[in-house]
Amino acid sequence: MAGSNAPHVDLSQAMTTAPVSAADWLIVAPSIITILGGTIALMARKNTDAQPKVAMLFLTLLVGANGALLLHVLQKGVVTMVMGNWLPPFGIAFTADALGASLSLIASIVAWCAGLYGAVTIDGTGRRYGFYPFLLLLMTGVSGAFLTGDIFNLYVWFEVLLISSYGLLVLGNDRIQLDGTVKYGILNLIGTNLFLIATGLLYGHFGTLNMADIAMKMRELEAGGSVGPLAAVAALYFLAFAMKAAAFPVNFWLPASYHTPNVAVSAVFAGLLTKVGVYALIRVFVLIMPGARDYFADLIAVVAILTMITGGLGALAQAEVRRVFGYLVIVGIGAMLAGIAVGSLQGVAGAIFYAIHSIIVMTALYLAAGIMQLMGGSTALRKLGGLYGANPYFAGVFLVLGFAVAGLPPFSGFWPKLMLVEASIDAGRTWVAFAILASGFLTTLAIGRVWIYSFWRGGPEGVADGCAPIRLAPAAELSSPALWVPLLLLTGLVIYLGLQPEALLQLVQRGAEGVIDPSAYIRSVFGEP
Amino acid sequence: METGLSVLIGLFFAVSVYLMLSRHLVRILLGIAILGNAVNLLIFTAGRLTREVPPLIPEHLYTLVTETANPLPQALVLTAIVISFSFFAFLLVLAFRAYQELGTDDANEMRVAEPEDDPLPPQGY
Repeated sequence: MAGSNAPHVDLSQAMTTAPVSAADWLIVAPSIITILGGTIALMARKNTDAQPKVAMLFLTLLVGANGALLLHVLQKGVVTMVMGNWLPPFGIAFTADALGASLSLIASIVAWCAGLYGAVTIDGTGRRYGFYPFLLLLMTGVSGAFLTGDIFNLYVWFEVLLISSYGLLVLGNDRIQLDGTVKYGILNLIGTNLFLIATGLLYGHFGTLNMADIAMKMRELEAGGSVGPLAAVAALYFLAFAMKAAAFPVNFWLPASYHTPNVAVSAVFAGLLTKVGVYALIRVFVLIMPGARDYFADLIAVVAILTMITGGLGALAQAEVRRVFGYLVIVGIGAMLAGIAVGSLQGVAGAIFYAIHSIIVMTALYLAAGIMQLMGGSTALRKLGGLYGANPYFAGVFLVLGFAVAGLPPFSGFWPKLMLVEASIDAGRTWVAFAILASGFLTTLAIGRVWIYSFWRGGPEGVADGCAPIRLAPAAELSSPALWVPLLLLTGLVIYLGLQPEALLQLVQRGAEGVIDPSAYIRSVFGEP
Repeated sequence: METGLSVLIGLFFAVSVYLMLSRHLVRILLGIAILGNAVNLLIFTAGRLTREVPPLIPEHLYTLVTETANPLPQALVLTAIVISFSFFAFLLVLAFRAYQELGTDDANEMRVAEPEDDPLPPQGY
């Protein structure tokens, strides 16, 4: 009780006394909106008609909030909000920079698309068991991870998105899903535990968890030339995030699980989860411990090359469309790791651009796979065929996405690949450049085969070309616009970013500058010196 | 004190890795439970084991007067305990359901998602 005779306490030594400006609330808005939406969707669990409407409302709000946040960040530079108004580094800081805000925006667009698509493909049972609450809470974790400025808090957001992803993955309770979820669940939990071990050791060394604070102390330490025990911490972080990102040789959980759930779920997973791992790698290795990145650059380069090549070969070895796409996700992860291995401004910018491209295109491809399944009755390459005759426009859309994922111009995959190849040749890592190009070639073969077998040829295996294709009665869902709008929106983005990459190029350049030179980030957290 | 706990944590890690190398889900899960505890002890030790004095400020004073226990690792450990416990509970149920449906708890025999006799992809175009 603060009685009148209590002595005056100067709070400004421990807390920020100025009120938080209204625009700064945008930093936590994505997390708040999704928690609120998830809770309401959970309360409306049994009302399966209302659920998609509630969820889409909140996902639209989320896209809006993320868009406003990105504009705010572009105007004001890096913005920070500290929980409980404690002065940094004591409170948990939320720090939004160009990198986090742009990824958060793209992630919310993808979630919006998957939510709309799920309104068609997720049946009443799936809704009652919580597709929409899980989707919204997954987005809580994803947005939180992109926007937090505290490394232990990053771990907490990882766990939030992980537990929601378990729920989504096992939704439906099929045998194949239980099998996939066991492998996904156990390996990812071990990955986050490694992350926690590394964070515990880092805390033991620095006594702080604030990323800006660690980045500052780390640079002082590196200037003194003693990295010593922190190399071990960095190795643990690398293993943990590589596991999350599905880099070789810890990538086996991804192709074992991503083809098992409903296609709307696969689409969100393929778009978002692995990229959160890559984001964390960029944050930790480029922003927080650049010395460790230099130390491990060769290792990261080798991992990147092997990831790209195994992904490409794996995609060629699959006979099922969604499993092909699972390996294509891994190819993309390799390309992003290549950017981190190079570590120059262009390399990191290329990695961020590739992450944004990969989020859009992989989600779109999985959404397309769902439509192929509805049209052809299967996702096995041998059983598909004649889809061009069924819908030539859809065949065109798929071809655009296929060219984009392979990195062919004039679509969105071309520019980041160009940046990454150029950056790796500049840095003298010709093998990395070679692997990027070779994996693009393998991807072209794999996706070309999918297109030729499912669209180009006359019908399923055994039907000679030129025969009148056997038309399945079109599934009722195919006439629903909620199925097509997300796919067309994402394909539109792919084409737009391919033809007009300038704005995004500047954005990722800014994002990369912000992590390579952390002075703006640190200033945002600690204020002007 | 820190040295003793470090050795104990090392033992925990060794046991958990050994258990997780097994093919049987039950052992893997036990390994994960021990791994979680090892991590919690590690964070606790990383915060330094200072004097067993609670960080309470005496009446009429505004700062701590003596060296006290570090409260932050305890908050971190508490968070981690809650998370690892709930994950363990989920995975336990998941493993049981998988055992019911697949009829095995041997990871090598769980081949529903990636069947061993998968057809090769079509050769040629």
